[in-house]
Amino acid sequence: MNDMTPDREERSANLKGMGCSRKRVEDARFTQGKGNYVDDIKLPGMLHGDFVRSPYAHAKVVSVNKEAALALPGVVAVLTAEDLAPLNLHWMPTLAGDKQMVLADGKVLFQGQEVAFVVASDRYIAADAVELVEVEYEELPVITDPFESLKSDVVLRPDLDGQTEGAHGPRKHHNHIFTWEQGDEAGTNQVLDNAEVVAEETMYYHRTHPCPLETCGSVASMDKVNGKLTLWGTFQAPHVVRTVASLLSGIEEHNIRVVSPDIGGGFGNKVGVYPGYVCSIVASIVTGVPVKWVEDRMENLMSTAFARDYHMTGKISATKEGKITGLHCHVTADHGGFDACADPTKFPAGFMNICTGSYDIPVAYLAVDGVYTNKAPGGVSYRCSFRVTEAVYFIERMIEVLAIELDMDAAELRRINFIKKEQFPYTAALGWEYDSGDYHTAWDKALKTVDYDGLRKEQAERVEAFKRGETRKLMGIGLTFFTEIVGAGPVKNCDILGMGMFDSCEIRIHPTGSAIARLGTISQGQGHATTFAQILASEIGISADSITIEEGDTDTAPYGLGTYGSRSTPVAGAATAMAGRKIRAKAQMIAAYLLEVHDDDVEFDIDRFVVKGAPEKFKTMKEIAYAAYNQAIPGIEPGLEAVSYYDPPNMTYPFGAYVCVMDIDVDTGVPEIRRFYALDDCGTRINPMIIEGQIHGGLTEALAVALGQEIAYDDIGNVKTGTLMDFFLPTAWEVPNYETDYTVTPSPHHPIGAKGVGESPHVGGVPCFSNAVQDAFRAFGLRHTNMPHDHWRIWQTANKLGLHE
Amino acid sequence: MIPAAFDYYRPETMDDVIAILQEHGDDARVMAGGHSLIPMMKLRMADVPHLIDLQAIDGLSDITIEGNRITLGAMVTQHDLIAHDGLTAAAPILQETALQIADPQVRYMGTVGGNVANGDPGNDMPGLMQCLDATINLIGPDGARSVAARDYYESAYMTAREDDEVLVSVSFDTPSGGHAYEKQKRKIGDYATAAAAVQIANSGGIVASASIAMTNLSDVPVWSDDAAKALIGTSCDADAVKAAVAAMLGDIDPSEDNRGPVAFKRHVAGVILTRAITRAWSRTTSRA
Repeated sequence: MNDMTPDREERSANLKGMGCSRKRVEDARFTQGKGNYVDDIKLPGMLHGDFVRSPYAHAKVVSVNKEAALALPGVVAVLTAEDLAPLNLHWMPTLAGDKQMVLADGKVLFQGQEVAFVVASDRYIAADAVELVEVEYEELPVITDPFESLKSDVVLRPDLDGQTEGAHGPRKHHNHIFTWEQGDEAGTNQVLDNAEVVAEETMYYHRTHPCPLETCGSVASMDKVNGKLTLWGTFQAPHVVRTVASLLSGIEEHNIRVVSPDIGGGFGNKVGVYPGYVCSIVASIVTGVPVKWVEDRMENLMSTAFARDYHMTGKISATKEGKITGLHCHVTADHGGFDACADPTKFPAGFMNICTGSYDIPVAYLAVDGVYTNKAPGGVSYRCSFRVTEAVYFIERMIEVLAIELDMDAAELRRINFIKKEQFPYTAALGWEYDSGDYHTAWDKALKTVDYDGLRKEQAERVEAFKRGETRKLMGIGLTFFTEIVGAGPVKNCDILGMGMFDSCEIRIHPTGSAIARLGTISQGQGHATTFAQILASEIGISADSITIEEGDTDTAPYGLGTYGSRSTPVAGAATAMAGRKIRAKAQMIAAYLLEVHDDDVEFDIDRFVVKGAPEKFKTMKEIAYAAYNQAIPGIEPGLEAVSYYDPPNMTYPFGAYVCVMDIDVDTGVPEIRRFYALDDCGTRINPMIIEGQIHGGLTEALAVALGQEIAYDDIGNVKTGTLMDFFLPTAWEVPNYETDYTVTPSPHHPIGAKGVGESPHVGGVPCFSNAVQDAFRAFGLRHTNMPHDHWRIWQTANKLGLHE
Repeated sequence: MIPAAFDYYRPETMDDVIAILQEHGDDARVMAGGHSLIPMMKLRMADVPHLIDLQAIDGLSDITIEGNRITLGAMVTQHDLIAHDGLTAAAPILQETALQIADPQVRYMGTVGGNVANGDPGNDMPGLMQCLDATINLIGPDGARSVAARDYYESAYMTAREDDEVLVSVSFDTPSGGHAYEKQKRKIGDYATAAAAVQIANSGGIVASASIAMTNLSDVPVWSDDAAKALIGTSCDADAVKAAVAAMLGDIDPSEDNRGPVAFKRHVAGVILTRAITRAWSRTTSRA
């Protein structure tokens, strides 16, 4: 088409379409305290629920005495498993094919487990009544270690007694959940047995928690007159919640309306279904008035979904020159008392089979064993696609360990093993087809920007100075090259409880040329109202400022699988573009009619259709929209609407190159981050400002996990990190300056080439921070030490290496 | 995180405060900034049926410097300490310490009196007051009395204050020489893994006097007379500092928690004290 004349430039800028750093339209309400979160919902006559929770990690529940609680004025009901049993709601199915107690059915399996649900007229009375419920427990032996669990005679789940077949195949022991195998075991072992060099390492990716600022909660309102249940809640997947609620309660799905209002961060914590949601629904059905349940911070940390807790053992083989020949990975996965992982149904260990990383590894084998222990259930994808952070941490540590084994530079070892640009689409040894990538370009740009050779020289000088006693600070250079697998996903292999993981967008153009688009996803802070409007603006030629984006109300939004695993842009973003193209196709016919030419004689130009070769003859989208409603056009239905359900042909594979430079005080164990450089390739960039914000947020959560954030238990299953005093949530004080950079390798199969970015920085950041700590000690013989690298553990590493003598 | 029911009082005179305390005994507690007590109540770890807010009592928020004597009212906030130029000129260690307590939001509410009175081993002011040899001024039904900060702390949350007494102020002589408050913590808002308060006076290159107190390394703040004595009369050289650290290590009794095992805490205590002494001493010489 013609060059960008000033007029076209201005028209294009007015659209605020893809590629511009449009300010977030959500922020006006969030920064002024005008958001509407679940706890802001107040309905007439609403009651408040609160849980009696188990102080023990493993115990028999002998009896529950409600009398004193029921006698407290204002208390309406105290529900126990016995009360839920007649409705068959004392247990609920989990997303992982297991079942979970809604309220303790004869026993408890973790500290903080829900035992009884108190309903009262006031939140304070509910809390007082919780104290008055008398529960008699009989303590049972506690198992907090999955290896011990697999050897123990103690049966954690007597309800599964005799079941040798689980949701994902055979169970090898009464505390075993599944074994998930991928790849070629015999072939891998053969390569390892005959390899020139093999590096082995065992590592523990500790249990942590997404800890969104807003905790989980729900408000259920059962209208007994019209039989309609409305459920507001902190749901990352409201439509799935509606379907599950219908299946569980027997209420027909059209009589259930699920609404996710503003959500104060999810990070995977709000994907699953929690007992609180079920209890608020039951309580509303029983009492006939709305019932609210909102957990507090301690309840959130103790009982809602944790993340990670993977014990990983790896073997990686290579030639003497460093060409990787094979990879073997075994994981013992601690799932806690119930298997409530939030993964696509056929993937009990998520996409852990992306653990060959960014490297051309000819043969690989992965086996994951899921195990029950006396810890809280969960296993969600905390700011990562399903188990991808575990996979990337694993391979990026194995690369470092192999570099030590080979006495080779870790950056060079990565470079010689990267999948080459011309190899894409690339089928990895564990089955995934990587859609696109240009790793060498990104890596070279990163290393050049940080002056990698200069850093290594400085580091070597620092080691010498340390040995001479001139400094007590060591310098670490953390490297990571990651490939994510996001955008779940193709219906052919991805579903949740049988629902294919497509997503959707429905667009209505109003007569005066503005629009509303509704999606099956739900923003928890990602800025969907801003970015999806930008996609549409570029597709349909209506300014983003004139497009409302609405999500989260199942009565109005088309069915979708929700927001997690960086799937919104890859899946719902694609649906948005495709629905926009349907609008454009109809608009083209209307424009041709109005311009009295053949359909093929007009073409789209930013915000209008022009007659080919005669750009002075045109109809703007505004004019076209009006025409769609105000006149009869032969052969075309009135109105201008479209809907698209998008089933992606493949996942998307964002990647990135990160470098962290750290100074570590050997005497106090305090790490100081001097520099953090993050190059991300998320394909087509929709809003660079939002991308940068996502990267800052993801890196900060990565810093948290790598340097101290954990859910720790003592030997008898007490949570040691139940408040923000001990659970590390970084503030501006702890966070370094981040340098961001990018390359653009569009996804070849996505309508606009976008790949998703929300989770990349977390996935890449965790190994990068960890590698920086570990690299500081490489010169003194450290091979591997587990996260979190808090002060005392870093100090202990230095101590074990004899650096305090 | 929902407290049990309690009655809230906001008396306007100290007589009224004491009357309420006498009436309810240990069922009543006074509250200054509330940043220790309210979280404990919300966790239901503190049961306070009668909560007495001191905000309406006049005369508890003054910082007075008269001659050589400094007095801080119980309701003086950490922020007030940071912002008071006269105080910073007279006793700069207060500002240096207050800046290492929590975050600005907490410091706007958190008070000297609450921090000193509560007896929480994690609080920074108790050790500092011991370092400064402060006097803790109490009022009760029998009138006013004073207790030396170095005698005030009995065990965690247990102090020399009687249930019907109120801490109204702390006072101390203007410190001389160089100062340092050195603190290692995991993050903003955390208690110290280890912290050291040090005042040293320099007379012709020789340590004339010294005072050393450690925080969160025992169930009470630890004022280490032996550590100070190891410095006095020396040129504060490396050997003297080592001797002071060794003496201090004899006085502390840290316990393991999420901040780390005992061996780590003892090591860090030594490093922190070394740094504090070094910085305090460098400030004396630079002034001399």
